[in-house]
Amino acid sequence: MDASVAMYVAQGIHGLAYGMVLFLVASGLTLIFGMMGVLNLAHASFFMLSAYFGYQMVAWTGSFWAALLVAPVITAVFGILLERFLLKKVHAFGHMGELILTVGVSLIVLDGVKAVWGTESLPLKMPPVLEGLVQIAGMQYPIYRLFIIAMALVLLGILSLVLFKTRLGMVVRAAVSDAEMVNALGINVPLVFMFVFGVGTWMAGVAGVAIAPILTVFPGLADQMGMDAFIVVVVGGFGSLGGAFLVSIIGGLISSYGVQFLSQYAAVLMFVFMAVALAIKPKGLFGERD
Amino acid sequence: MLLEVTNLNTYYGHSHALQDMSLTVAPGEVVALLGRNGMGKSTTLKSIMGLLKPRSGRVLFDDREITGLAPFKIAKAGIGYVPEERRIFPTLSVLDNLMMGVKGGKIDKSNPEAWTIEKIFEHFPFMKERTHQKGGHLSGGEQQMLTIGRTLMGNPKLLMVDEPTEGLSPIMVKEVRDVLRKISQSGIAILLVEHNLKVAMSVATRVYLMAKARLGFAGTVAELAANPEVRAKYLEV
Repeated sequence: MDASVAMYVAQGIHGLAYGMVLFLVASGLTLIFGMMGVLNLAHASFFMLSAYFGYQMVAWTGSFWAALLVAPVITAVFGILLERFLLKKVHAFGHMGELILTVGVSLIVLDGVKAVWGTESLPLKMPPVLEGLVQIAGMQYPIYRLFIIAMALVLLGILSLVLFKTRLGMVVRAAVSDAEMVNALGINVPLVFMFVFGVGTWMAGVAGVAIAPILTVFPGLADQMGMDAFIVVVVGGFGSLGGAFLVSIIGGLISSYGVQFLSQYAAVLMFVFMAVALAIKPKGLFGERD
Repeated sequence: MLLEVTNLNTYYGHSHALQDMSLTVAPGEVVALLGRNGMGKSTTLKSIMGLLKPRSGRVLFDDREITGLAPFKIAKAGIGYVPEERRIFPTLSVLDNLMMGVKGGKIDKSNPEAWTIEKIFEHFPFMKERTHQKGGHLSGGEQQMLTIGRTLMGNPKLLMVDEPTEGLSPIMVKEVRDVLRKISQSGIAILLVEHNLKVAMSVATRVYLMAKARLGFAGTVAELAANPEVRAKYLEV
């Protein structure tokens, strides 16, 4: 096997894995925005918070799997509390109030994790069974990244099934285009909001624990992911899950190959991508709203 | 009375958009709410539906106070709302749009009076061929029919319809009028906001006229027909 081909493939796998994690974060963000019209600027903070919870779980139990199961659930509970007790209160003051509130929450989370866990990068060990490389058709692949890709695909599958094959999913899709109308048809929309917020923060939480063994856990985690997830939501089209998926994959590959080929421009490639995409389709690739 | 609205006051910010509005609708009755644009007709419906929170006044439905409840609770109490802008779900199929109107998600097969998809198809035959088409692909008139059908699927006792003939072709206007008549014949009460006086007077038995966020005139259709000064004051441009 040619060494350069192997490098392209490895870089592609890295990009796909990052793209999948990006999708897990962005899907919640785009659904919440679609339904509530709120760009939850604290969304990536939940992603980071879950990574810290995961770190703590591993420190206590020694089990990565326990961390992956429990940390996102605790994170989702925090998300639901934010929606129920804070977002609902400022809703009457319009979107500006909601934006300011979520920025405030993200600052509190940031200073909170610094106060509890400090500012250095904390390692989260991946489980031994996922370490190393696996040989498939003469090529070597990092097992852990394949695991991330597979897990995200499974979650995407479940999410699509619920969204497109169940009554609840139908209600969510309807609420993404017109939540007030859904409410007027006799459906308890506040309850649906809470559910979507919970699932959205849970998926961000899963992403946080999943990426921690690769990136380590540090207070800047939210900023990096938050910006990329925001770009995904904008370019994919607000409220569009399909758009979020496609753009996440493209974004993951751009940042991965960008580091390899254009390392001095890697930091701005995503923004260039966003600018070009929005110049062609101002409402996002699959967007219906401005 | 099925619906009894007493001295309802609603504000948009500082603007007093609905002032001491009162009206009643008896079971099975068709009542029209008329007036020029921006006089508070839609605001009245939205305030009844809970989409706007009234600052004072009362809304009784079926002898139960529903003032300012969440819209989904008011819908469950038995009021169906067909909004002015139609507001179908464009990304959902025609069938799913109808299913969105079903309360609790299950069609009540045990009750012969309950609305079913088949009954909706009898009233709106065009939907039958287009069940799997996206709601957003329908024409304006078809979307209007779909919103009415969607709301009927929730088995309302009272249907509040806001400007159903707005922007429709004369043929579609007639069709909407016929549909409203049929719905009324099935025993459902209707509170109709209309700018088309002919349509309103051909389906309703009583009318309320609004001007400047207030009630101006209340009477029967015959009284309105016999009173050109009232028409000139509240309706003619």
